[in-house]
Amino acid sequence: MASVVVAFELGGRPVEVLVSPLATLQQVLRTQLGHTSVKDGCRQGGCGSCTVLLDGEPVLSCLLPVEDVAGRRVTTLEDLTPVDGLTTVQRAFLDANGFQCGYCTPGMELVTKALLERNPAPTRADIAEALSGNVCRCTGYVPIIAAVEAAAAAGSAAAVVASEGATR
Amino acid sequence: MARLRGTGIAAVNYPTGMNLGGDPSQALIHATTSGSFNVVLAAADLGQGLRTVMAQIAAETLGVPYGQIVIQTADTDTGPHDMGTFASRATHRVGNAVKAAAIEAREAVLQLASEELEVSIADLVLDGRGGIQVAGSPQKRRDIADLASRAQFQYGRTIAGRGVYMKPKSDVDPETGAMDPDSTQAYACTVAEVEVDTETGAVAVLSIRSAYEVGQQVNPALVQGQITGGAWMGMSHALYETTEPCYPSRDHSPKDFAGYLMPGMAELPIIEAVVLEVPSSNGPYGVKGVGEMTANSPIPAIVNAIYHACGVRVDSLPVTPEAILRGLDALAQGKGAA
Repeated sequence: MASVVVAFELGGRPVEVLVSPLATLQQVLRTQLGHTSVKDGCRQGGCGSCTVLLDGEPVLSCLLPVEDVAGRRVTTLEDLTPVDGLTTVQRAFLDANGFQCGYCTPGMELVTKALLERNPAPTRADIAEALSGNVCRCTGYVPIIAAVEAAAAAGSAAAVVASEGATR
Repeated sequence: MARLRGTGIAAVNYPTGMNLGGDPSQALIHATTSGSFNVVLAAADLGQGLRTVMAQIAAETLGVPYGQIVIQTADTDTGPHDMGTFASRATHRVGNAVKAAAIEAREAVLQLASEELEVSIADLVLDGRGGIQVAGSPQKRRDIADLASRAQFQYGRTIAGRGVYMKPKSDVDPETGAMDPDSTQAYACTVAEVEVDTETGAVAVLSIRSAYEVGQQVNPALVQGQITGGAWMGMSHALYETTEPCYPSRDHSPKDFAGYLMPGMAELPIIEAVVLEVPSSNGPYGVKGVGEMTANSPIPAIVNAIYHACGVRVDSLPVTPEAILRGLDALAQGKGAA
Protein backbone atom coordinates (compact mmCIF):
# COMPACT_ATOMS: atom_id res chain seq x y z
CA MET A 1 0.00 0.00 0.00
CA ALA A 2 1.17 3.49 -0.79
CA SER A 3 2.33 5.85 1.93
CA VAL A 4 -0.02 8.62 2.95
CA VAL A 5 0.39 12.15 4.30
CA VAL A 6 -1.19 12.80 7.69
CA ALA A 7 -1.56 16.32 9.11
CA PHE A 8 -2.16 17.05 12.79
CA GLU A 9 -1.21 19.52 15.51
CA LEU A 10 1.81 18.68 17.68
CA GLY A 11 2.54 20.91 20.65
CA GLY A 12 0.55 23.75 19.11
CA ARG A 13 2.28 23.61 15.72
CA PRO A 14 0.96 22.02 12.53
CA VAL A 15 2.93 18.99 11.30
CA GLU A 16 2.65 16.79 8.24
CA VAL A 17 4.20 13.33 8.08
CA LEU A 18 4.55 10.80 5.29
CA VAL A 19 3.72 7.42 6.83
CA SER A 20 3.06 3.83 5.92
CA PRO A 21 -0.56 2.82 6.50
CA LEU A 22 -1.18 1.69 10.10
CA ALA A 23 2.09 3.17 11.36
CA THR A 24 1.42 3.89 15.03
CA LEU A 25 1.46 7.38 16.51
CA GLN A 26 4.18 6.14 18.86
CA GLN A 27 6.50 5.15 15.99
CA VAL A 28 5.91 8.41 14.14
CA LEU A 29 6.42 10.65 17.18
CA ARG A 30 9.57 8.87 18.29
CA THR A 31 11.35 8.04 15.04
CA GLN A 32 10.09 10.64 12.55
CA LEU A 33 9.47 13.63 14.80
CA GLY A 34 12.20 13.04 17.41
CA HIS A 35 9.93 13.09 20.46
CA THR A 36 11.94 10.51 22.40
CA SER A 37 9.91 11.00 25.59
CA VAL A 38 7.34 8.78 23.87
CA LYS A 39 8.73 5.42 24.94
CA ASP A 40 8.56 2.12 23.13
CA GLY A 41 7.57 -0.24 25.94
CA CYS A 42 5.35 -3.30 25.55
CA ARG A 43 3.75 -2.34 22.19
CA GLN A 44 0.49 -3.89 23.35
CA GLY A 45 -1.10 -1.20 25.48
CA GLY A 46 -0.08 -2.80 28.75
CA CYS A 47 2.55 -0.48 30.23
CA GLY A 48 1.60 3.15 29.58
CA SER A 49 5.14 4.29 28.72
CA CYS A 50 3.95 5.51 25.27
CA THR A 51 1.25 7.77 26.74
CA VAL A 52 0.60 11.09 24.97
CA LEU A 53 -2.25 13.57 25.25
CA LEU A 54 -4.78 13.58 22.39
CA ASP A 55 -7.02 16.66 22.59
CA GLY A 56 -5.88 16.86 26.21
CA GLU A 57 -6.73 13.29 27.22
CA PRO A 58 -4.17 10.49 27.81
CA VAL A 59 -4.03 7.85 25.10
CA LEU A 60 -1.74 4.89 24.39
CA SER A 61 0.11 5.97 21.26
CA CYS A 62 1.41 2.44 20.56
CA LEU A 63 -2.13 1.27 19.77
CA LEU A 64 -3.21 4.26 17.70
CA PRO A 65 -2.74 4.39 13.90
CA VAL A 66 -1.42 7.85 13.13
CA GLU A 67 -4.17 8.39 10.52
CA ASP A 68 -6.62 8.47 13.44
CA VAL A 69 -5.11 11.70 14.81
CA ALA A 70 -5.49 13.63 11.52
CA GLY A 71 -6.66 17.13 12.33
CA ARG A 72 -6.41 16.56 16.08
CA ARG A 73 -4.21 17.97 18.83
CA VAL A 74 -1.29 15.83 20.11
CA THR A 75 0.85 16.81 23.12
CA THR A 76 4.01 15.08 24.38
CA LEU A 77 6.20 15.82 27.38
CA GLU A 78 8.58 17.74 25.09
CA ASP A 79 5.74 20.10 24.23
CA LEU A 80 4.98 20.86 27.89
CA THR A 81 8.53 21.28 29.19
CA PRO A 82 9.60 24.94 29.42
CA VAL A 83 12.86 25.82 27.71
CA ASP A 84 14.36 27.11 30.95
CA GLY A 85 12.71 25.06 33.68
CA LEU A 86 10.24 22.41 34.67
CA THR A 87 6.47 22.15 34.99
CA THR A 88 4.91 21.82 38.44
CA VAL A 89 4.41 18.11 37.83
CA GLN A 90 7.99 17.58 36.65
CA ARG A 91 9.33 19.48 39.67
CA ALA A 92 7.23 17.35 42.01
CA PHE A 93 8.53 14.10 40.46
CA LEU A 94 12.12 15.36 40.74
CA ASP A 95 11.74 16.46 44.37
CA ALA A 96 10.03 13.19 45.40
CA ASN A 97 12.57 11.02 43.52
CA GLY A 98 9.56 9.62 41.67
CA PHE A 99 11.63 7.59 39.22
CA GLN A 100 14.79 5.52 38.91
CA CYS A 101 15.47 4.45 35.32
CA GLY A 102 12.96 7.05 34.07
CA TYR A 103 11.35 4.94 31.37
CA CYS A 104 7.82 5.27 32.80
CA THR A 105 8.20 8.92 33.80
CA PRO A 106 6.90 10.76 30.70
CA GLY A 107 3.70 8.67 30.71
CA MET A 108 3.27 9.06 34.48
CA GLU A 109 3.67 12.84 34.22
CA LEU A 110 1.23 13.25 31.32
CA VAL A 111 -1.44 11.18 33.08
CA THR A 112 -0.81 13.21 36.25
CA LYS A 113 -1.29 16.46 34.33
CA ALA A 114 -4.60 15.24 32.87
CA LEU A 115 -5.73 13.96 36.30
CA LEU A 116 -5.01 17.25 38.08
CA GLU A 117 -6.78 19.27 35.37
CA ARG A 118 -10.04 17.42 35.95
CA ASN A 119 -9.51 16.72 39.67
CA PRO A 120 -7.18 19.22 41.39
CA ALA A 121 -7.39 17.47 44.80
CA PRO A 122 -7.31 13.72 44.10
CA THR A 123 -7.48 11.14 46.87
CA ARG A 124 -4.96 8.31 46.97
CA ALA A 125 -7.61 6.05 45.40
CA ASP A 126 -8.16 8.61 42.62
CA ILE A 127 -4.41 8.64 41.93
CA ALA A 128 -4.18 4.84 41.88
CA GLU A 129 -7.16 4.68 39.51
CA ALA A 130 -5.78 7.31 37.13
CA LEU A 131 -2.30 5.77 36.99
CA SER A 132 -3.45 2.13 36.95
CA GLY A 133 -2.47 1.82 33.28
CA ASN A 134 1.08 3.06 33.86
CA VAL A 135 3.61 0.49 34.99
CA CYS A 136 6.77 1.25 36.98
CA ARG A 137 9.24 -1.56 37.62
CA CYS A 138 11.75 0.37 39.77
CA THR A 139 10.21 2.54 42.47
CA GLY A 140 7.46 0.46 44.05
CA TYR A 141 5.13 3.41 43.21
CA VAL A 142 5.39 4.96 46.68
CA PRO A 143 7.42 8.03 45.57
CA ILE A 144 5.25 8.42 42.43
CA ILE A 145 2.12 8.74 44.55
CA ALA A 146 3.98 11.22 46.76
CA ALA A 147 4.94 13.21 43.65
CA VAL A 148 1.33 13.39 42.41
CA GLU A 149 0.16 14.52 45.86
CA ALA A 150 2.90 17.17 45.97
CA ALA A 151 2.00 18.37 42.49
CA ALA A 152 -1.66 18.67 43.52
CA ALA A 153 -0.67 20.64 46.63
CA ALA A 154 1.63 22.92 44.62
CA GLY A 155 -1.10 23.42 42.02
CA SER A 156 -3.72 24.39 44.60
CA ALA A 157 -1.21 26.72 46.31
CA ALA A 158 -0.56 28.39 42.95
CA ALA A 159 -4.32 28.69 42.38
CA VAL A 160 -4.74 30.39 45.79
CA VAL A 161 -1.95 32.85 44.98
CA ALA A 162 -3.54 33.56 41.58
CA SER A 163 -7.02 34.15 43.07
CA GLU A 164 -5.62 36.36 45.83
CA GLY A 165 -3.77 38.34 43.17
CA ALA A 166 -7.01 38.72 41.18
CA THR A 167 -8.93 40.11 44.16
CA ARG A 168 -6.36 42.81 44.97
CA MET B 1 -15.30 -17.22 56.60
CA ALA B 2 -13.20 -14.41 57.89
CA ARG B 3 -10.45 -11.96 57.21
CA LEU B 4 -7.54 -12.96 59.39
CA ARG B 5 -4.56 -10.75 60.16
CA GLY B 6 -1.03 -11.89 60.88
CA THR B 7 2.48 -10.59 61.34
CA GLY B 8 5.70 -12.18 60.06
CA ILE B 9 9.38 -11.46 60.37
CA ALA B 10 12.44 -12.35 58.32
CA ALA B 11 16.09 -11.31 58.17
CA VAL B 12 18.76 -11.38 55.48
CA ASN B 13 22.49 -11.00 55.21
CA TYR B 14 23.60 -10.29 51.69
CA PRO B 15 27.01 -10.39 49.98
CA THR B 16 28.40 -7.34 48.22
CA GLY B 17 30.05 -8.69 45.06
CA MET B 18 30.42 -12.32 44.03
CA ASN B 19 33.71 -13.17 42.34
CA LEU B 20 33.96 -16.78 41.38
CA GLY B 21 36.63 -16.07 38.76
CA GLY B 22 38.31 -12.81 39.75
CA ASP B 23 36.29 -9.63 39.58
CA PRO B 24 37.94 -6.33 38.56
CA SER B 25 36.49 -2.87 37.97
CA GLN B 26 38.47 -0.04 36.42
CA ALA B 27 38.05 3.72 36.15
CA LEU B 28 39.90 6.43 34.23
CA ILE B 29 39.68 10.11 35.11
CA HIS B 30 41.01 13.09 33.20
CA ALA B 31 40.59 16.83 33.57
CA THR B 32 39.06 18.71 30.66
CA THR B 33 40.13 22.14 29.42
CA SER B 34 37.22 23.68 31.33
CA GLY B 35 38.49 22.25 34.60
CA SER B 36 35.79 19.60 34.97
CA PHE B 37 36.77 15.96 35.43
CA ASN B 38 35.61 13.18 33.10
CA VAL B 39 35.21 9.82 34.83
CA VAL B 40 35.18 7.05 32.20
CA LEU B 41 33.65 3.72 33.18
CA ALA B 42 32.31 0.62 31.45
CA ALA B 43 29.96 -0.13 34.34
CA ALA B 44 26.29 0.48 33.57
CA ASP B 45 23.68 2.57 35.35
CA LEU B 46 20.46 0.55 35.34
CA GLY B 47 18.50 3.40 36.89
CA GLN B 48 19.74 2.69 40.40
CA GLY B 49 21.85 5.85 40.34
CA LEU B 50 25.38 4.62 39.60
CA ARG B 51 26.29 7.82 37.74
CA THR B 52 25.13 9.99 40.65
CA VAL B 53 26.94 7.94 43.26
CA MET B 54 30.20 7.68 41.27
CA ALA B 55 30.16 11.45 40.72
CA GLN B 56 29.73 11.95 44.48
CA ILE B 57 32.68 9.66 45.25
CA ALA B 58 34.88 11.36 42.63
CA ALA B 59 33.92 14.85 43.85
CA GLU B 60 34.58 13.93 47.47
CA THR B 61 38.01 12.52 46.65
CA LEU B 62 39.08 15.30 44.29
CA GLY B 63 37.76 18.01 46.59
CA VAL B 64 35.65 19.67 43.90
CA PRO B 65 31.89 20.40 43.69
CA TYR B 66 29.64 17.61 42.37
CA GLY B 67 28.84 19.68 39.27
CA GLN B 68 32.47 19.54 38.18
CA ILE B 69 32.27 15.76 37.59
CA VAL B 70 31.08 14.26 34.29
CA ILE B 71 30.42 10.49 34.30
CA GLN B 72 30.76 8.54 31.05
CA THR B 73 29.42 5.00 31.39
CA ALA B 74 28.46 1.81 29.68
CA ASP B 75 30.57 2.02 26.51
CA THR B 76 32.71 -1.11 26.47
CA ASP B 77 34.44 0.09 23.27
CA THR B 78 35.95 3.16 24.89
CA GLY B 79 35.69 2.54 28.64
CA PRO B 80 38.18 0.62 30.77
CA HIS B 81 37.26 -2.95 31.66
CA ASP B 82 34.53 -3.64 34.17
CA MET B 83 32.94 -6.96 35.06
CA GLY B 84 29.55 -5.27 35.18
CA THR B 85 26.64 -4.17 37.29
CA PHE B 86 25.56 -7.27 39.20
CA ALA B 87 25.82 -8.89 42.63
CA SER B 88 25.11 -5.52 44.28
CA ARG B 89 28.77 -4.76 43.62
CA ALA B 90 28.94 -1.46 41.74
CA THR B 91 28.90 1.12 44.55
CA HIS B 92 31.59 -0.86 46.37
CA ARG B 93 33.88 -2.15 43.60
CA VAL B 94 33.41 0.49 40.88
CA GLY B 95 33.41 3.06 43.67
CA ASN B 96 36.78 1.78 44.89
CA ALA B 97 38.15 2.08 41.33
CA VAL B 98 36.79 5.62 40.97
CA LYS B 99 38.26 6.61 44.33
CA ALA B 100 41.68 5.19 43.37
CA ALA B 101 41.62 7.01 40.02
CA ALA B 102 40.56 10.25 41.73
CA ILE B 103 43.43 9.93 44.22
CA GLU B 104 45.93 9.61 41.34
CA ALA B 105 44.43 12.62 39.53
CA ARG B 106 44.44 14.54 42.82
CA GLU B 107 48.17 13.83 43.21
CA ALA B 108 48.80 15.41 39.79
CA VAL B 109 46.84 18.52 40.79
CA LEU B 110 48.62 18.73 44.14
CA GLN B 111 52.02 18.44 42.38
CA LEU B 112 51.17 21.41 40.19
CA ALA B 113 49.89 23.42 43.16
CA SER B 114 53.04 22.69 45.14
CA GLU B 115 55.18 24.01 42.28
CA GLU B 116 53.14 27.20 41.84
CA LEU B 117 52.90 27.89 45.58
CA GLU B 118 56.49 26.74 46.18
CA VAL B 119 55.62 24.50 49.10
CA SER B 120 55.81 20.78 49.74
CA ILE B 121 52.77 18.65 48.82
CA ALA B 122 52.66 17.60 52.46
CA ASP B 123 51.83 21.22 53.39
CA LEU B 124 48.80 21.42 51.06
CA VAL B 125 45.18 20.73 51.98
CA LEU B 126 41.98 20.49 49.93
CA ASP B 127 39.22 22.84 51.06
CA GLY B 128 36.50 20.55 49.66
CA ARG B 129 35.07 23.42 47.59
CA GLY B 130 37.31 23.15 44.55
CA GLY B 131 40.40 24.77 46.08
CA ILE B 132 43.85 23.79 47.32
CA GLN B 133 45.52 25.89 49.99
CA VAL B 134 48.63 25.92 52.12
CA ALA B 135 47.71 24.51 55.53
CA GLY B 136 47.20 27.40 57.92
CA SER B 137 47.45 30.01 55.15
CA PRO B 138 44.10 30.21 53.38
CA GLN B 139 45.22 33.22 51.33
CA LYS B 140 47.79 30.97 49.60
CA ARG B 141 45.24 29.17 47.46
CA ARG B 142 44.80 27.73 44.00
CA ASP B 143 41.56 26.83 42.27
CA ILE B 144 41.61 23.19 41.04
CA ALA B 145 39.70 24.03 37.84
CA ASP B 146 42.22 26.79 37.02
CA LEU B 147 45.14 24.47 37.73
CA ALA B 148 43.63 21.78 35.50
CA SER B 149 43.22 24.27 32.67
CA ARG B 150 46.75 25.71 33.04
CA ALA B 151 48.18 22.18 33.16
CA GLN B 152 47.09 21.73 29.58
CA PHE B 153 47.69 25.18 28.04
CA GLN B 154 50.63 26.48 30.09
CA TYR B 155 52.53 23.42 31.28
CA GLY B 156 51.63 20.79 28.66
CA ARG B 157 50.72 18.17 31.22
CA THR B 158 47.82 15.86 31.84
CA ILE B 159 45.77 15.78 35.02
CA ALA B 160 44.66 12.16 35.00
CA GLY B 161 44.24 9.10 37.15
CA ARG B 162 43.83 5.36 36.78
CA GLY B 163 41.99 3.19 39.24
CA VAL B 164 41.35 -0.50 39.60
CA TYR B 165 39.76 -2.63 42.28
CA MET B 166 39.98 -6.37 42.09
CA LYS B 167 38.81 -9.07 44.43
CA PRO B 168 40.99 -12.05 43.45
CA LYS B 169 39.48 -15.35 42.35
CA SER B 170 38.30 -17.37 45.30
CA ASP B 171 38.67 -21.14 45.14
CA VAL B 172 36.59 -23.51 47.20
CA ASP B 173 38.51 -25.38 49.89
CA PRO B 174 37.92 -29.02 48.92
CA GLU B 175 38.10 -30.14 52.55
CA THR B 176 35.72 -27.65 54.14
CA GLY B 177 33.79 -26.10 51.24
CA ALA B 178 34.79 -22.66 52.51
CA MET B 179 35.46 -19.77 50.15
CA ASP B 180 35.66 -15.99 50.23
CA PRO B 181 33.74 -14.58 47.27
CA ASP B 182 32.28 -11.32 48.58
CA SER B 183 33.74 -8.02 49.72
CA THR B 184 31.47 -7.35 52.66
CA GLN B 185 27.94 -8.10 53.79
CA ALA B 186 24.88 -5.95 54.41
CA TYR B 187 21.98 -6.83 56.71
CA ALA B 188 18.27 -6.27 56.92
CA CYS B 189 15.22 -7.34 58.88
CA THR B 190 11.63 -7.01 57.68
CA VAL B 191 8.29 -7.21 59.47
CA ALA B 192 5.21 -7.68 57.27
CA GLU B 193 1.52 -7.52 58.15
CA VAL B 194 -1.06 -9.30 55.99
CA GLU B 195 -4.78 -9.96 55.88
CA VAL B 196 -5.94 -13.32 54.53
CA ASP B 197 -9.48 -13.71 53.19
CA THR B 198 -10.39 -17.30 54.05
CA GLU B 199 -13.30 -17.31 51.59
CA THR B 200 -11.33 -16.28 48.48
CA GLY B 201 -7.78 -17.12 49.53
CA ALA B 202 -6.70 -13.57 48.61
CA VAL B 203 -3.85 -12.05 50.60
CA ALA B 204 -3.59 -8.29 51.11
CA VAL B 205 -0.26 -6.95 52.36
CA LEU B 206 -0.92 -4.16 54.85
CA SER B 207 2.62 -3.06 55.63
CA ILE B 208 6.27 -3.88 54.98
CA ARG B 209 8.58 -2.28 57.54
CA SER B 210 12.32 -2.87 57.50
CA ALA B 211 15.58 -1.98 59.17
CA TYR B 212 18.72 -1.98 57.00
CA GLU B 213 22.43 -1.87 57.80
CA VAL B 214 24.13 -0.98 54.53
CA GLY B 215 27.43 0.62 55.51
CA GLN B 216 28.05 4.29 54.83
CA GLN B 217 25.33 5.71 52.59
CA VAL B 218 26.65 7.74 49.67
CA ASN B 219 23.18 8.98 48.72
CA PRO B 220 20.41 8.34 51.28
CA ALA B 221 17.60 9.23 48.82
CA LEU B 222 18.82 6.59 46.37
CA VAL B 223 19.22 4.03 49.17
CA GLN B 224 15.63 4.68 50.23
CA GLY B 225 14.58 4.29 46.58
CA GLN B 226 16.24 0.89 46.37
CA ILE B 227 14.62 -0.26 49.63
CA THR B 228 11.11 0.93 48.71
CA GLY B 229 11.23 -0.52 45.21
CA GLY B 230 12.72 -3.75 46.52
CA ALA B 231 9.96 -4.16 49.12
CA TRP B 232 7.40 -3.90 46.32
CA MET B 233 9.38 -6.40 44.20
CA GLY B 234 9.53 -8.80 47.16
CA MET B 235 5.77 -8.54 47.59
CA SER B 236 5.41 -9.20 43.88
CA HIS B 237 7.58 -12.34 44.09
CA ALA B 238 5.72 -13.51 47.18
CA LEU B 239 2.16 -13.22 45.91
CA TYR B 240 1.96 -12.54 42.16
CA GLU B 241 4.72 -13.40 39.72
CA THR B 242 4.44 -16.66 37.83
CA THR B 243 3.92 -18.03 34.34
CA GLU B 244 1.45 -20.37 36.04
CA PRO B 245 -1.36 -20.95 36.79
CA CYS B 246 -2.79 -22.27 33.57
CA TYR B 247 -6.46 -23.11 33.97
CA PRO B 248 -7.78 -25.36 32.68
CA SER B 249 -4.79 -26.20 30.51
CA ARG B 250 -1.36 -24.82 29.63
CA ASP B 251 -2.89 -23.09 26.59
CA HIS B 252 -4.33 -20.57 29.03
CA SER B 253 -1.06 -19.66 30.76
CA PRO B 254 0.17 -16.04 30.58
CA LYS B 255 1.88 -15.44 27.23
CA ASP B 256 2.90 -11.79 27.27
CA PHE B 257 3.59 -8.66 29.28
CA ALA B 258 -0.02 -7.96 30.12
CA GLY B 259 -0.68 -11.47 31.42
CA TYR B 260 2.27 -11.50 33.85
CA LEU B 261 0.87 -10.25 37.12
CA MET B 262 2.58 -7.75 39.38
CA PRO B 263 0.96 -5.55 42.03
CA GLY B 264 -0.04 -2.03 41.08
CA MET B 265 -0.72 1.15 43.00
CA ALA B 266 -4.06 -0.14 44.31
CA GLU B 267 -2.32 -3.06 46.05
CA LEU B 268 0.41 -0.98 47.70
CA PRO B 269 1.02 -1.58 51.39
CA ILE B 270 2.63 0.90 53.76
CA ILE B 271 6.36 0.65 53.00
CA GLU B 272 8.78 2.13 55.54
CA ALA B 273 12.43 1.62 56.42
CA VAL B 274 15.11 2.88 58.75
CA VAL B 275 18.77 2.71 57.75
CA LEU B 276 21.71 2.12 60.06
CA GLU B 277 25.23 2.96 58.91
CA VAL B 278 28.11 0.74 60.01
CA PRO B 279 30.95 1.47 57.57
CA SER B 280 32.64 -1.47 55.86
CA SER B 281 36.41 -1.82 56.18
CA ASN B 282 37.10 -2.05 52.44
CA GLY B 283 34.47 -0.03 50.58
CA PRO B 284 35.10 3.53 49.37
CA TYR B 285 34.20 5.71 52.38
CA GLY B 286 32.84 2.54 54.04
CA VAL B 287 30.06 1.64 51.60
CA LYS B 288 28.37 -1.74 51.17
CA GLY B 289 25.92 -2.87 48.47
CA VAL B 290 22.17 -2.27 48.77
CA GLY B 291 20.58 -3.56 45.58
CA GLU B 292 19.22 -7.03 45.24
CA MET B 293 18.95 -7.66 48.98
CA THR B 294 15.96 -5.33 49.21
CA ALA B 295 13.69 -7.83 47.45
CA ASN B 296 14.73 -10.71 49.75
CA SER B 297 13.48 -10.40 53.32
CA PRO B 298 9.97 -9.15 52.39
CA ILE B 299 9.21 -12.55 50.82
CA PRO B 300 9.65 -14.84 53.88
CA ALA B 301 8.23 -12.08 56.10
CA ILE B 302 4.99 -12.15 54.07
CA VAL B 303 4.90 -15.97 53.99
CA ASN B 304 5.44 -16.09 57.76
CA ALA B 305 2.69 -13.50 58.26
CA ILE B 306 0.31 -15.69 56.24
CA TYR B 307 1.14 -18.64 58.50
CA HIS B 308 0.57 -16.45 61.57
CA ALA B 309 -2.76 -15.25 60.18
CA CYS B 310 -4.35 -18.54 59.13
CA GLY B 311 -2.05 -21.43 59.97
CA VAL B 312 -1.27 -22.29 56.35
CA ARG B 313 2.44 -22.93 55.81
CA VAL B 314 3.31 -22.46 52.11
CA ASP B 315 6.74 -23.45 50.79
CA SER B 316 6.55 -22.51 47.11
CA LEU B 317 6.05 -19.15 45.43
CA PRO B 318 3.95 -17.31 44.62
CA VAL B 319 1.39 -17.84 47.36
CA THR B 320 -1.70 -17.87 45.17
CA PRO B 321 -5.29 -17.85 46.45
CA GLU B 322 -5.41 -21.50 45.35
CA ALA B 323 -2.49 -22.38 47.62
CA ILE B 324 -4.20 -20.67 50.55
CA LEU B 325 -7.55 -22.38 49.96
CA ARG B 326 -5.94 -25.80 49.53
CA GLY B 327 -3.98 -25.23 52.74
CA LEU B 328 -7.11 -24.23 54.62
CA ASP B 329 -8.90 -27.34 53.34
CA ALA B 330 -6.03 -29.54 54.47
CA LEU B 331 -6.08 -27.92 57.92
CA ALA B 332 -9.85 -28.45 58.15
CA GLN B 333 -9.39 -32.10 57.28
CA GLY B 334 -6.74 -32.46 59.95
CA LYS B 335 -3.94 -33.22 57.55
CA GLY B 336 -1.72 -30.31 58.55
CA ALA B 337 -0.25 -27.87 56.10
CA ALA B 338 -0.58 -28.39 52.34
